[in-house]
Amino acid sequence: MKKKYSIFNIARNAFSNHENWQKMWRSPEPKKNYDVIIIGGGGHGLGTAYYLAKEHGLTNIAVIEKGWLGGGNTGRNTTIIRSNYLWDESANLYEHSLKLWEGLTHDLNYNVMFSQRGVMNLAHTEHDIKEIKRRVSANTLNGIDSKWISKEEIKKLVPIMNTDNLRYPVLGASFQPRGGTARHDTVAWGYAMRADEMGVDIIQNCEVHKILTENGKVIGVETSKGIIQSKKVGVVASGHTSVLAESAGIRLPLQSKPLQALVSEPIKPVIDTVVMSNAVHAYVSQSDKGELVIGAGTDGYNSFTQRGGFDVVENTIRAMVELYPVFGKMKMLRQWGGIVDISPDASPIISKCDIQGLYFNCGWGTGGFKATPGSANVFAHTVAKNEPHSINAAFSLDRFVSGKLVDEHGAAAVAH
Amino acid sequence: MLIINCPYCGPREQCEFTNGGEAHVARPSDPEKVSDKEWSEYVFFRSNPKGIYFERWVHSHGCKKWFNAVRDTSTDKVLKVYEIKDEKPSLADLENSNLTTPSGEPEVGSGNFTVRKI
Repeated sequence: MKKKYSIFNIARNAFSNHENWQKMWRSPEPKKNYDVIIIGGGGHGLGTAYYLAKEHGLTNIAVIEKGWLGGGNTGRNTTIIRSNYLWDESANLYEHSLKLWEGLTHDLNYNVMFSQRGVMNLAHTEHDIKEIKRRVSANTLNGIDSKWISKEEIKKLVPIMNTDNLRYPVLGASFQPRGGTARHDTVAWGYAMRADEMGVDIIQNCEVHKILTENGKVIGVETSKGIIQSKKVGVVASGHTSVLAESAGIRLPLQSKPLQALVSEPIKPVIDTVVMSNAVHAYVSQSDKGELVIGAGTDGYNSFTQRGGFDVVENTIRAMVELYPVFGKMKMLRQWGGIVDISPDASPIISKCDIQGLYFNCGWGTGGFKATPGSANVFAHTVAKNEPHSINAAFSLDRFVSGKLVDEHGAAAVAH
Repeated sequence: MLIINCPYCGPREQCEFTNGGEAHVARPSDPEKVSDKEWSEYVFFRSNPKGIYFERWVHSHGCKKWFNAVRDTSTDKVLKVYEIKDEKPSLADLENSNLTTPSGEPEVGSGNFTVRKI
């Protein structure tokens, strides 16, 4: 049954203290056999199931999640959305995603709170200026609304920023007005709810231990709820993708590292756009609740602990306080880490592999949230048709042999 | 923050060190003879285990010497440090190699079931 949320529903449910809302999705026991199994119930995985059902007519699908929906990196990022990437291949992919974001609330009939408040990337050195201006030009050629803005324009947009009295003064920035933020949970929940309505089984608290193969073909997965068969398995498990791949004998060029973020106590609106700075490594936006959402960096070593080192947070806070002296006395409320899977060229891998029926959507590194709808959409195409969509053809595993890398270290906000 | 026991200087905070990625990766001895695929393996592909991991560190803000370490990536516990010239240690050589989850959470839902012991 299609679940609708309306003002009448809210009023009706108010009479029962909001205790009788319908469940947003079923919690079925896994069947013995599915047409497609997606490992990973984050935004990318649930979105893949949604687009498989909606655009490719496949509904006998299971999404298997070891924890709860959106509890991995979907719930551990800073929810920034933009598409100002340098190379044509990435610009196509991220712009495809941004266009889907623009219609996502309507498409899902569920408010993902996509707020196009603009995203700014600061330049602090001569080199930054050249690199960012080059990227702005590349974006313009690809039809992306990126532009160079001066220090005075930055000051108008973000009056609280200290542009001059710091070690690396702010010299200008790129600005993408269509960029912004979205509410991470509702992305996972919206995709889950609509996929569930189309018959997709969402199985939480069920961990995949092993991908089962036979004669070079996928036959299913071994989980904590037993063996589930399928001829197609899509792995969308972010930091743990290489662990799962290894169970099928596949090596991926990924390294898993903790990436941290933190939020402050809520305050009145002070910053109504997203400001990122690669050079001093501080990026910040303000959530609808008023908390500053601050992104820190990755740790310099492989780890699966979802914590991260304190010095990384310290470095980010140091840069934040220099850029925004008014934040100097604020208290931070929460800090967390997510395990990101970093590829050698800072671009994702959306690809088939040597095993028939096994697909990977990984390597999103430090910037996967913005790509959620686009990634899910082209990955669904790849899984359904057994061949890549024209948008993700360049993001195959083969590129590490051919050498045709898509090097986006400059456009990735977090230094890899 | 991790405390890493530099074999030359003793225990220091992790921020004094720089990680050098996986240890014991051998460069192909005849680079001109290997295939593109084998070369790609050497350049781009590294182990990424959840569990026992052999890695290189350099004490960049200290003695600036390179050394190897064995660390459990599921807990960040450093199990052994050894000099570059030393042989790759076996599991029996490691002190306290029983792997636990970071905060003792249950196996299901935490992903720690997949910890590879070696």
